[in-house]
Amino acid sequence: MSTPSRVGEQPLVKWSLISIALFFVTILLIIPLLSIFQQAFASGLATYFDNLSEPDTLHAIGLTLIVALLTVPVNLVFGVMLAWAVTRFEFIGRKFLITLIDIPFAVSPVVAGLLYLLLYGSNGWIGEWLYEHDLQVMFAWPGIVLVTVFVTCPFVARELIPLMQQQGRSDEEAAVILGASWWQLFRRVTLPNIKWALIYGVILTNARAVGEFGAVAVVSGNIRGETNTLPLHVQLLYEDYQSEAAFASASLLAFIALLTLILKAFVEWRQERNHINEQDQQGEL
Amino acid sequence: MSGSHAVSRPKHQRVLPGFAISLGVSLLFISLILLLPATGLVMQTKGMSLSEYWYVISDPRLVASYKVTVGSAFAASLFNGVFGLLLAWILVRYQFPGKRILDALVDLPFALPTAVAGITLATLYSSTGWLGNLLESIGIKVAYTPLGIIVAMAFTSIPFVVRTVQPVLEEISQEEEEAGMTLGASDWAVFWRVIMPSLRPALLVGVALSFTRSLGEFGAVIFIAGNMPYVSEITSLMIFVRLQEFDFPAASAIASVVLLTSLSLLLIINLWQGAYLRRIHGK
Amino acid sequence: MKRLKSAFAALLIAGSFNASAATEQTILNSSYDIARELFATYNPIFAKHWQEKTGNKIEIKQSHGGSSAQARSILQGLSADVVTFNQITDVQVLHDKGKLIPADWQSKLPNASSPYYSTTAFLVRKGNPNNIQDWGDLAREGVASVFPNPKTSGNARYTYLAALGYAQKTFGKDNEAKQDEFLKQMLANVAVFDTGGRGATTSFVERKIGDVLITFESEVNNIRKQYGEGNYEVVVPKTSILAEFPVAVVERNAKRNGTTEVATEYLSYLYSAEAQRMLAGFNYRIHDEKVKAEFADRFPQVELLTVEDIVGGWDNAMKTQFANGAKLDQLQRR
Repeated sequence: MSTPSRVGEQPLVKWSLISIALFFVTILLIIPLLSIFQQAFASGLATYFDNLSEPDTLHAIGLTLIVALLTVPVNLVFGVMLAWAVTRFEFIGRKFLITLIDIPFAVSPVVAGLLYLLLYGSNGWIGEWLYEHDLQVMFAWPGIVLVTVFVTCPFVARELIPLMQQQGRSDEEAAVILGASWWQLFRRVTLPNIKWALIYGVILTNARAVGEFGAVAVVSGNIRGETNTLPLHVQLLYEDYQSEAAFASASLLAFIALLTLILKAFVEWRQERNHINEQDQQGEL
Repeated sequence: MSGSHAVSRPKHQRVLPGFAISLGVSLLFISLILLLPATGLVMQTKGMSLSEYWYVISDPRLVASYKVTVGSAFAASLFNGVFGLLLAWILVRYQFPGKRILDALVDLPFALPTAVAGITLATLYSSTGWLGNLLESIGIKVAYTPLGIIVAMAFTSIPFVVRTVQPVLEEISQEEEEAGMTLGASDWAVFWRVIMPSLRPALLVGVALSFTRSLGEFGAVIFIAGNMPYVSEITSLMIFVRLQEFDFPAASAIASVVLLTSLSLLLIINLWQGAYLRRIHGK
Repeated sequence: MKRLKSAFAALLIAGSFNASAATEQTILNSSYDIARELFATYNPIFAKHWQEKTGNKIEIKQSHGGSSAQARSILQGLSADVVTFNQITDVQVLHDKGKLIPADWQSKLPNASSPYYSTTAFLVRKGNPNNIQDWGDLAREGVASVFPNPKTSGNARYTYLAALGYAQKTFGKDNEAKQDEFLKQMLANVAVFDTGGRGATTSFVERKIGDVLITFESEVNNIRKQYGEGNYEVVVPKTSILAEFPVAVVERNAKRNGTTEVATEYLSYLYSAEAQRMLAGFNYRIHDEKVKAEFADRFPQVELLTVEDIVGGWDNAMKTQFANGAKLDQLQRR
């Protein structure tokens, strides 16, 4: 047996570290996940699908998907713009801008919802104007979309900023000097470099948009079959002693979460492979 | 890159297109989505005098909740510091079956709605649940104690540590490490003297992010906390209580305390992270 | 991108159509969180009645949540036509903070606009091992009780006031020191303060915490139905509190939506024999004498104190007991 050249390579150390980590992952992550499915399927598959095909549940699923569908593109565009601004240019207040974008991470979602309610609710100063013009923002889907955009806006930017900072701007500058238009520049130089980070950011945005509860609860109005998103629906069913139906809906959210994770793993795998390919090419050169 | 950086900084701004539009869009978005709603908070607290404001935010029960929240968030982020580092380590350094699944699972707390997480954790860790039962037999009560708050906070914020440490760990150079090993230093010594110094900033950033996130957590915590006055009430709950009382100014005042705390923490993290990045890339 | 834009436009158009081009009328009933099944049963009954009476169709939408949160939403612009709450204060606030309903809303319908009522009762484990019979037992050493946080739950405010009423009766209305001592001990015996009734139920039933769960009588029976009748027993204390379930037309919204007539009828019909029978089926106590007789064995006799008797009304209760820094805070201070 050769002496290991790196820290922690001895099998004993390696496997005990892995076991400790797996132990904690099991009790903190895996068991909770499994128990959601266990409770959802407690009365068998037929009841499970009955629970899910209830009209209000179907509507909640639809609304949740629409909210995510509207939120993701908005944050995608914003995330790219912001990352471009703060990583490609130096200006006063740059750091502060990067801090501002983290606000949604730090703010309790309930507070986030409250902020919007105070502004757009009929007592708020924009809200009064909206009320006079018969525009319903709070307690309707636009309000839900707004708070979801708020809660999920850091994800794309947060993924892109460190990467673009690390990559530097020399490639892009070269392209500009060679006469590339801004679209060519973005399409041919920037996008290929940030593609996978961008996708990862989108996946996280989507996951959070689908699952947001606290902020949406404050502005939704909880109208069944109209403004009830899936997480709110879970809560309502649970409060109403329909535990199984609640967990059936919850399992759907867990399922979306899992799907997200699988997609993410795939993206990372592609990213790694790209990385290796690049290194190979550089090696050949 | 960093060389030319110092020489011709102003020119750089002109070379790349899109400064005005990207910054403009970003500022517009941040103003509309992030800052404008914050004015609502200011409007609500505007009617309060400074002493009223102080009276609201220094209520003894609320102060107790600050202590519970900060203490639990601290414990949770400390746990995440150790456990997150361990996770990142085995994900980067070792090959083992199921590694990719494990890697994916780390993000579960981001993807799972917090209320679902809260209900599920409370079910599992109460004395009738699988895990709570087990822990109770060795004398540990989790659900409905401050320990439950820590578990919920640790759950929701673990990805922050793993995801900040992981990329840095991947980039640590083998050479110094190998040099240490060849010189016959123990694993522990090399880890502590060679690896830890380059890991420390990222680890601290991860822990700090996990801490800020825990300060604001509501959905996952209230189900498992027990919510006993002075013992296991968190600050988010106190905001919720003020809202139930239709006392918007008080709710806004407490919210502003949490918001300012988190914001200053984040600003510190970012300045720190910036300094740290400059140190790596600027050498 | 283009496709997305047109999808967005379609959505907007669909949204505005809903509001204007609907042929049948729609009303929104904002209600408390555990009333989902109750109104899911009542709505078709009323829709049938309305069609028979006027020939018009009516669609009733439901919104459910904690009743304070519901009231807050309405104050901030949720366009509910009627409210059916479990808290008088949450209806009153619609007048006080928003002038959405008239000051005399309680006189608009019989029984102070409360078509059904309930009281606070105990749920104990099988065989009642701690022999809990009355409020006094809750302050005994070694008895752990579960009810939600009076700060966040209206249900728990009734529990607190009922205990106060008991203390006043037992120790004399002026003997505040004795009353406080009892209440303090009772509050200290609480094992968990969940934020709402449902959370408390889960703690008691699924987590097996505490010896007694205190909640609405209507809930207690719901719980037995859900979790097995054999495992729990209901104890109704000799004296308890009258818990009213107030309803009101949110007049400003109804006027705006042109639904005043149907909204008023929606609430009035809750007093009909047909609706009262349905309500009794959900374990709520009712006023209709004839229907009452049919369900006599389901609701044991109990002396019901009113909030008025105990603390001189809800306004006063909030001010002297529940407000920030008031009695409850003092009793829980360490």
